[in-house]
Amino acid sequence: MKNELIHSRRSMLGTMGGSMLSVAAIGVLGNTSVAHAMNHHEGDASGDVAILNVALGLEHEAIAAYQIGAESGLLEKGVLDVAVLFQGHHKGHRDALIGAIESMGGSPVESKSTETYVAELDIANTVKGQADVLKLARKLERGAANAYLGVIPSFMDSGLKQISGRLAADEATHWALLNNALGDAYPSDPLIFGG
Amino acid sequence: MAVLFRSTLTVAAMVLAISVAHAGSDDEAVMPEGDADRGAETYENSCSGCHSLDRNRIGPAHRGVYGRKAGSAPEYAYSAALAAADFEWDAESLDGWLANPMAYVPGAKMGFRLGDPQKRADIIAFLKRESEPPAE
Repeated sequence: MKNELIHSRRSMLGTMGGSMLSVAAIGVLGNTSVAHAMNHHEGDASGDVAILNVALGLEHEAIAAYQIGAESGLLEKGVLDVAVLFQGHHKGHRDALIGAIESMGGSPVESKSTETYVAELDIANTVKGQADVLKLARKLERGAANAYLGVIPSFMDSGLKQISGRLAADEATHWALLNNALGDAYPSDPLIFGG
Repeated sequence: MAVLFRSTLTVAAMVLAISVAHAGSDDEAVMPEGDADRGAETYENSCSGCHSLDRNRIGPAHRGVYGRKAGSAPEYAYSAALAAADFEWDAESLDGWLANPMAYVPGAKMGFRLGDPQKRADIIAFLKRESEPPAE
């Protein structure tokens, strides 16, 4: 995953000249408002770095939430094993995102303290048993899946769009398994994620 | 036959282009009426990955956002662009922001787009309701 993200960044650098050429061509045709918009959100790689950093913040939060759940003493052995497995996926996402951000010249956001995540996620008031841990994890996974889908149109680099889709698929898989563990019904309508 | 085929394609393309342009202008001109209860569910699905009503997380806390100056949630580290923004969040600005935040405020760090105008209107109705002072 890390290598793919970095490769995607190189691909983006390779095609950026083409994008700028397109902007110039539009300018020559006189549609300056479109060219202006493209300069802001199509031709600026810093936007992609910003999106990746928001994603990294999500991954830091997910890793912390699973860690808090794992150390809570509330999880049965089988559930704990799944939580650790999912946390490992999020650590993989985190490492890949950090590699991509750094390769693009950005500075990865750092993880916050455990106490901060406990407060921000209101864990002391909302998590009392195993089901509460699973519900929190399911909520975060659904939010992450939708976040990764929602940023796809904003990425300048098509490789990052594809990676974002793959990350969303991981989160959606986690959501589905957690939903099953909670014994809740699946949505009856299609297009469960995104919008 | 070839000429007829090309003409048919051209007409079809024009009809499609007009339809798309018309749909776009509708989205910009008329915002659907929002439903706050439906918006609560959409908020949970679409926004809660990064946001909470009462706590800053990956994004700023949202209670009170409607009517608040952009970039002014206490103790949240905004992008320079949003911190310098000079407008208030209302239905129009929130709709533009949710549709494409990086175009609405170039330099913003939120890239999440919500393409469905009805869902945007529902979320805006929800945020407006949650921003109102509690009834005494």
